[in-house]
Amino acid sequence: MDDFGHAFALAFELIVRLDADLLEIVGLSLQVSLTAVGLAALIGLPLGAAVALFRFPGRVAVAALLNAFMGLPPVVVGLIVYLALSRAGPLGVLGLLFTPAAMIAAQCLLVIPIVAALTAQTVADLHEEYDEALRSLAAGPGQALLTLLWDGRHSLLTAVLAGFGRAVAEVGAVMIVGGNINHATRVMTTAIALETSKGNLALALGLGVILIVLALTINLAALALRDVARAQHA
Amino acid sequence: MPEPRNVTARDRASGLGGATILPLELEGVVFEAGGQTLIHALSARFNAGPRTIVLGPNGAGKSLLLRLCHGLLRPSRGRVIWHGRQDGHGQQDGHGHPGGERLDRAGQPGRETRRRQAMVFQRPVLLRRSALANVAYPLALRGMARAEARARAAEALARAGLDGLAGRPARVLSGGEQQRLALARAWVTEPEILFLDEPTASLDPAATRAVEELVLQIHAAGTKIVMTTHDLGQARRLAEEVLFLHQGRLIERSPAAAFFAAPRTPEAATFIKGELVI
Amino acid sequence: MIQRLLVARALPALALIAGLAPGPLRAETPAITLASTTSTENSGLFAHLLPQFTQSTGIAVRVVAVGTGQALRIARNGDADVLLVHHRPSEEAFVAEGYGVRRHDVMYNDFVLVGPRADPARLRGLDDAAAALARIAAARAPFASRGDDSGTHKKELDLWAAAGLDPSAASGSWYRETGSGMGATLNAATGMGAYALSDRATWLAFRNKGDVEVLVEGDPRLFNPYGVILVNPARHPHVHAREGQAFIDWLVSDPGQAAIAAYRLDGRQLFFPNAD
Repeated sequence: MDDFGHAFALAFELIVRLDADLLEIVGLSLQVSLTAVGLAALIGLPLGAAVALFRFPGRVAVAALLNAFMGLPPVVVGLIVYLALSRAGPLGVLGLLFTPAAMIAAQCLLVIPIVAALTAQTVADLHEEYDEALRSLAAGPGQALLTLLWDGRHSLLTAVLAGFGRAVAEVGAVMIVGGNINHATRVMTTAIALETSKGNLALALGLGVILIVLALTINLAALALRDVARAQHA
Repeated sequence: MPEPRNVTARDRASGLGGATILPLELEGVVFEAGGQTLIHALSARFNAGPRTIVLGPNGAGKSLLLRLCHGLLRPSRGRVIWHGRQDGHGQQDGHGHPGGERLDRAGQPGRETRRRQAMVFQRPVLLRRSALANVAYPLALRGMARAEARARAAEALARAGLDGLAGRPARVLSGGEQQRLALARAWVTEPEILFLDEPTASLDPAATRAVEELVLQIHAAGTKIVMTTHDLGQARRLAEEVLFLHQGRLIERSPAAAFFAAPRTPEAATFIKGELVI
Repeated sequence: MIQRLLVARALPALALIAGLAPGPLRAETPAITLASTTSTENSGLFAHLLPQFTQSTGIAVRVVAVGTGQALRIARNGDADVLLVHHRPSEEAFVAEGYGVRRHDVMYNDFVLVGPRADPARLRGLDDAAAALARIAAARAPFASRGDDSGTHKKELDLWAAAGLDPSAASGSWYRETGSGMGATLNAATGMGAYALSDRATWLAFRNKGDVEVLVEGDPRLFNPYGVILVNPARHPHVHAREGQAFIDWLVSDPGQAAIAAYRLDGRQLFFPNAD
């Protein structure tokens, strides 16, 4: 149990010292996960909205798949991306394996279902409310989609933050496709796994504390931004 | 900025350079849902000019009628014809879609026609943005440049007496202010015809008066008004022409003065006396 | 407005990706990918060794440290340039099948049998590893196995065979296959007071020993040699053959071998150079 006390002490020390390795790892974690979530939002927001609004063949199947894939095991996604990007695989020529780009791709795949499924629910609810008014105003389907996405932005922000939480916390995918290479593809979660395997449990826990604080900070910042925006011009 | 005067739709249409969409003609329109016939073989013609009030007790089908005219619902049988041209896909299969439709890839029927109409609902549906942005929204949908859209929206807000509230989030306004905002939003596109579905049913008397004054202003500027209400007093104040509906049928249609002085049908007479019409 | 926002987010995101991907999008320092095992990484050897190589040649080394089985698979697929592992039969098969150019000796150390201080199977002082395992089986004392097809795991299986025993029947009772790397398996051993087979380097560097300690060592069968192999460019033309060979040449040369010998942890030498 005094591992916990030791862990907090180590975490504090690393932060105060602005440990260079720590900063590098934190920087890469943020780079990878934020980029992945950004891309996933670009894809997932319109995808979820389209599933909620448009009738197309297979719509029910797509909606069910999106919901189911919210629970995709990260290690499975990592494995699939690894097989695709390996030199022996179909996309091997890109030479992306063991690079941050591969990690971004894997995390993006993990996050898209979360963003899309939650967006679909939000947009479907808004659609109930706005449908008549938007049709009365002669909004086209694409215009209606964008309007609903913008109007639902507060709920959608929560969906995106949920996606970020998933990305920054997972280790299975980035370990396999990134290789946990020192100074190249090592992120917070893989560093924690490494220190654990070295028996440095207090340090691993300390890194875990830092990761949680990081996620907390991001979330607080996002919500603060939202409140500012709300106050300005809801 | 258009001066409020008695402009006919034809005047404006020639100014716009495009054909007017009026008159609106309903031919034998029937609406069925849930195994019941809610509108029975209704035929009517709406010309430019007079303020038309659709009057009747609750459940008479007034809201349905408005939605059928505006194209939010498709008639089960019969036709909705704007200025001699049938409305969009209305004639193809004649299936009604009660309860609102999902957008489909074929797009909405009669979009050009829809753009020259506007509708205000009993409860205003406003976007989560400022009052000004809400009014500018339909202009932005039509591709107007942002600066010009906002300028016109500001004018519309001023006409509606809401210019002090331009920057406020639309959803924090009072019920009356929100309804006037919805009216400003409807007005900013200079529609030829404005449908209003019981717009003051949820408002207090002061707000109701403000809304009614705005409706009169909009009419004076040249927009045809078709409004439903179950409130006799409101009908007396606003109507120039009355359509009386009962149980999905058009029972009586008269100029307002004649209707209130001497209703021709027993149901209308009962309604005017303030009694329940069964 | 939404369109502008989308563009404002999309472009930086793409730029980030572009910056993060290797290749023509970014100036590259010469580098090789080395598939190796956790024993060399976790013990700190690479942190000590590789900077010296990079300083001497300007070539960076990116280490993917996984179990021997996975390292071989990575190299077989051509996802690495050089392979450094510690299971001779697998290494020789790798070369024989044409995936590797040639196997070179690099260094060696040994395996140790660790276990709880209380030592219920009474192994302490034995120098016969197979006999030790036999005692563990007889006592049905908990044993944490790698169970992951790694070099250590294969060595362990060889020792069971030498003792004439097959522990798989007991899998799930006293014989616990963690299916994990060395570190995780040692964590498990500490956690449940079990015996385990570990390479000495990982063991010495391990920081969660609890009350587990070395009980059996010195059996010649516990010899643990490491080999390095260049992935065959004839099989995988994209392999960085020149830089990979430079790495191997350095490792087996005097400076490389001296650097290996010079590495100390807690004052002890972990790896012994033996290139010829």
